[in-house]
Amino acid sequence: MSTDVSSGAETKAPPPLHLGEAPTVGLKHPSRWIAVLVVFVLAAMAVHSAITNPNFRWDLVGDYFWAAPIMDGLRVTLTLTVICMAIGLVLGTALALMRLSPNPVLRSAAFGYVWLLRGVPLLVQLIVWYNLSALYPRLSLGIPFGPEFVSFESNHVITAYTAAILGLGLNQAAYMAEIIRAGLQSVDEGQLEAASALGMGRLRTMMTVVLPQAMRVILPPTGNETITMLKQTSLVSVVAVADLLYSTQLIYAKNFQTIPLLIMACIWYLIIISLLSVGQYYLERHFKRGSSRQQHKSLWQHLRRTAALRRDTSALGTEGSTPR
Amino acid sequence: MVSFSKVRKYFGDNEVLKSITFDVAPREVLCIIGPSGSGKSTLLRCINQLERIDGGRIDVDGAMVGYTEHSGRLHEMHPRQISRQRTDIGMVFQNFNLFPHMTALQNVCVSPVKVRRERKAEVRERAEQLLRRVGLGDRMNHYPRQLSGGQQQRVAIARALAMKPQLMLFDEPTSALDPELVGEVLDVMKDLAAEGMTMVVVTHEIGFAREVADTVAFMDGGVVVESGPPAQVIGDPQHQRTRDFLSKVL
Repeated sequence: MSTDVSSGAETKAPPPLHLGEAPTVGLKHPSRWIAVLVVFVLAAMAVHSAITNPNFRWDLVGDYFWAAPIMDGLRVTLTLTVICMAIGLVLGTALALMRLSPNPVLRSAAFGYVWLLRGVPLLVQLIVWYNLSALYPRLSLGIPFGPEFVSFESNHVITAYTAAILGLGLNQAAYMAEIIRAGLQSVDEGQLEAASALGMGRLRTMMTVVLPQAMRVILPPTGNETITMLKQTSLVSVVAVADLLYSTQLIYAKNFQTIPLLIMACIWYLIIISLLSVGQYYLERHFKRGSSRQQHKSLWQHLRRTAALRRDTSALGTEGSTPR
Repeated sequence: MVSFSKVRKYFGDNEVLKSITFDVAPREVLCIIGPSGSGKSTLLRCINQLERIDGGRIDVDGAMVGYTEHSGRLHEMHPRQISRQRTDIGMVFQNFNLFPHMTALQNVCVSPVKVRRERKAEVRERAEQLLRRVGLGDRMNHYPRQLSGGQQQRVAIARALAMKPQLMLFDEPTSALDPELVGEVLDVMKDLAAEGMTMVVVTHEIGFAREVADTVAFMDGGVVVESGPPAQVIGDPQHQRTRDFLSKVL
């Protein structure tokens, strides 16, 4: 310090540099480049082997992709998913409302349902529904402990398909009940009081005030459940329902091209799940309205904005070496 | 308009309202002051049955709240009847409790449309008028989270007024607000009082009580310690407890 003062006249100290004015040198990230390299090499190896290894039989994947039995199987998989999720949603909502009811009998009944259906393996449930006739050879409608009006042979009513729907749908309801209950409970009690004070009844409050807010909490796990359900429908092959996977199995059981056909089935699953994810994104965005101070942007707007931001930062003249 | 007669209320073994009796005349503004835990919010919430009372009776506009008299017995009302009784009573909460998934305008419109089944176009017009009246003509399409606390509370007042209530209840309407936002809410309430709305206001704003109230009631420990015109209760309190409380808040 003292030298500065004495020799101040000869070596004048340069003015302090300011960010944004002086050129800036970004921190180098050599380890990032190594990681990128490793990932690229591994990916290249995977792609290379997938292309060059003749055992993949991509020609077969293409041949069977639009085959009629596969299309039928796909239709069964999609219908099962939609029907079972619908059962799960409706019954799950009813169970969730029962769990939150002031009536202790309803509460325990809902708890018991969830406990049983969530606790028993799904595979077992499917087999039990399929073999219901072993327990109850005849099913009938009538007054409990009183006269019967109509009765059916169980084997006629419970086909493999209905067994699949019952097994998957009733099981799904147990999971949905918990998801919906969590959503309903996430809504602040003040909202209920405000609705009551405005003269809304229980049902009206539920529909206009609670559910729209609960949807924010309910939707993400429900999207997850839908995707799980889509893949879970493949379990119905145990009761010989020809869904996508079972139809595929039927084909490779004859021509022994197991791997190419499974790859084809997986591509179909991935395509549907990608479509579902896009739908989920837009649904979630709809129910997020009002949840933040900013207006929400679509995925496309978001991407464009991010790109613009990146251009801005790079235009600032930083010699960053971050891999982009 | 509102009459309390020997009203008792317990939370468990704790008696929070100990035989409360008072009357509020039409067009009267009653301000209830007192330390926290004195039962003043509970008393207010009993009027529109957010809390149930365990003894006595409350009448609003000549009809007993929550029960019907029938051959010497009191019959509990069906929730639908209770809802109908509530539609004539507007309530404003400490935490606003606006519906966050609706815009300011939708918040004001929702209950006349859904509960009273009024025509949408009429309600919308009235709602816009109300929002302009509380000074939010340019914020109608904002969501609550995009509004300041004072603006939210003014939307909440407009929402309550949209049901054309005969009585307005305010539960510490300015307690959750930043100090500089309190004034804008109190101004709206003053206008409302000047127009002759019957109001019961639980508040810590002694200045507001002194200026606007016809009657001030001081509550402590579940009883109304003293009540009367503000000049008397705030200006010249007769009880030691009232004097202690006022010396702390003034």
